[in-house]
Amino acid sequence: MAFDLETAANPQNLRRIAIDPISRVEGHGKITLLLDDDGRVHQARLHIVEFRGFEKFIQGRPYWEAPVMVQRLCGICPVSHQIAAAKALDHVVGATPPPPSAEKMRRLMHYGQILQSHALHFFFLSSPDLLFGFDAEIDRRDIVAVAAQYPEVARQGIALRKWGQEAIRLTSGKRVHGTGAIPGGINKLLSAGERDELRASADQMVAWSKDAVALVKKLAYANRAQFEQFGLFRSSMMSLVRADGALELYDGGLRGRDADGAVMFDHVSDQKYDTLIREEVKSWTYMKFPYFTRLGRDDGWYKVGPLARVQNCDFLSTPLAEAERRAFVDASGGKICHAPLAYHWTRMIEMLHAAELIRDLLDDPDLLVGERVGSGARGHGGVGVIEAPRGTLIHQYEVGDDDLITMCNLIVSTTHNNQAMNEAVRAVARQYIDGQRVTEALLNRFEIVIRAFDPCLSCATHALGKMPLIVELLDAGGAPVDRLVRGA
Amino acid sequence: MTRPPRWLVFGVGNPSRGDDALGPLFIERLDAWSATAGDLPIALATLTDFQWQIEHALDLIDVDVVVFVDSSVRAEPPFELGPLAAKFDATHSTHTLSPACLLAVAERLGQTIPEAWLLEIPGHAFELGAEPSMDSRRRLDAAFEHLRSCLIAGRVEPRGPTAKAGDAITSAQGQN
Repeated sequence: MAFDLETAANPQNLRRIAIDPISRVEGHGKITLLLDDDGRVHQARLHIVEFRGFEKFIQGRPYWEAPVMVQRLCGICPVSHQIAAAKALDHVVGATPPPPSAEKMRRLMHYGQILQSHALHFFFLSSPDLLFGFDAEIDRRDIVAVAAQYPEVARQGIALRKWGQEAIRLTSGKRVHGTGAIPGGINKLLSAGERDELRASADQMVAWSKDAVALVKKLAYANRAQFEQFGLFRSSMMSLVRADGALELYDGGLRGRDADGAVMFDHVSDQKYDTLIREEVKSWTYMKFPYFTRLGRDDGWYKVGPLARVQNCDFLSTPLAEAERRAFVDASGGKICHAPLAYHWTRMIEMLHAAELIRDLLDDPDLLVGERVGSGARGHGGVGVIEAPRGTLIHQYEVGDDDLITMCNLIVSTTHNNQAMNEAVRAVARQYIDGQRVTEALLNRFEIVIRAFDPCLSCATHALGKMPLIVELLDAGGAPVDRLVRGA
Repeated sequence: MTRPPRWLVFGVGNPSRGDDALGPLFIERLDAWSATAGDLPIALATLTDFQWQIEHALDLIDVDVVVFVDSSVRAEPPFELGPLAAKFDATHSTHTLSPACLLAVAERLGQTIPEAWLLEIPGHAFELGAEPSMDSRRRLDAAFEHLRSCLIAGRVEPRGPTAKAGDAITSAQGQN
């Protein structure tokens, strides 16, 4: 089915506006609008225009290559793919769970990833939108402009990202595309020197993360109406939670809430994710549209990521972040907050949570000593689910007796948010464009609302062989010579 | 007692892309040499990465002299070593900063920027999975021998067309 403003009834006579590429997001995408002569919006779409194909070309490779190969999906969140793949393949080598030291090293790497990614997104990419306003000049929309006017904010943001990257480097060997997590465990432990190196800055990073929450809160209150209404839409949400209901980033059960906050399913095993979710493909984008099976295509779409996680859980397990979660819930009057800009607030709460988790975990002696790899009864497949910086990340593999991968299915965070981002684009179109004279500053609002989700478009376009495809051969004059069509 | 000046040699490149590996290979060789070189008049630190990025500005804190090392399609053989000034060139909004822009970012963050040099080693083959070419390796040898002598002397001696007479700078204020 098509949602409101997804497909214009008569597109041929409409004026087309393209925002291409969307800036300050990971990967490549574009937004298109179709307007009539009166400036009324008839169609608004977020298109993902790049194409990867990982699910297909990983077939036939030895399973132990998967954690290294799949992290090449992305240069920003490779750790997330590495860990999700390793968790899935723990089931193949029978290490469920892996040894305590291995799990703790993975957690340290993962928390470092959450922290560095959230810092990158907020300080480098999004803070200009909030600090300088939606109508700021183009040359002020970057971290250097932030450094000019708010040097301490920029310094702290850069230092936070660097510290998170160091946690990744010390656990996986490199800041980007390291090799820490492997099927069954981890390939290195931490030395005392490495632990002390991270620990030396831990208290400072917690303090700066707390300052970051205060900053985003202050910006939200400074223009509360805009903060609450900008691009607003309502949806269900999903994330992992711990057995006691705490927000869980590495391992847990799946919980879904409806738009009013009622729990729809809870503590569903990650191995049974496919009983909850199906995916739809559409002809105009390479990104799939997941939905909750029980609600169907029309009503089953949902959102993931910080805004979902912080509201889907019952509490956060670290004291400073939990206090900030409570403040966030109070600010919404106890109701579910659906404001896209609230992603920034909750993202900073999670960054504080990750900083506290890292600081506390560094005191654990299992990081320095212990078994690195476990094993058990050989399996032929498994599912690994984690909460990546941008939301729930699902990896599933099937492996033959010859150790070669026969099936791979990936549902990445940004894919879960596909319909949500399209709804946000349409909300902005209704709020700001419909019937107005279109200016660059107005178009900038589309990028701002997409950016709030922190989409990773390169991660989200991994599938091959499933999307409808039209190939047209045109002559030099643009006349069609041949045309091939493959359906969904 | 005065402390020795702190030097940072920072090489970039992708080790898997032919001559782009010259930066990381340079650092690898420098690390191996400095491990057995004995006392130097300077305190040497090295760093390597695929690209220069915003956060590397923080690596320039408390550094007196920085030498950026990279392969180059522009430089004249066998290598060029010239002074580098801070300059915004829009690369700060990309995935890979120029070293001049990295210095400018550091300056914008309120840091005292170090005396800076750019060591460029000519390269011409950058295919994925390729080994560095033989002629580039020879240039790497020459560049390494030159910088090694600079480290031993505690003074950077420029080389090539980008070097001007009198460019040898030993104070940390030279490039501000």
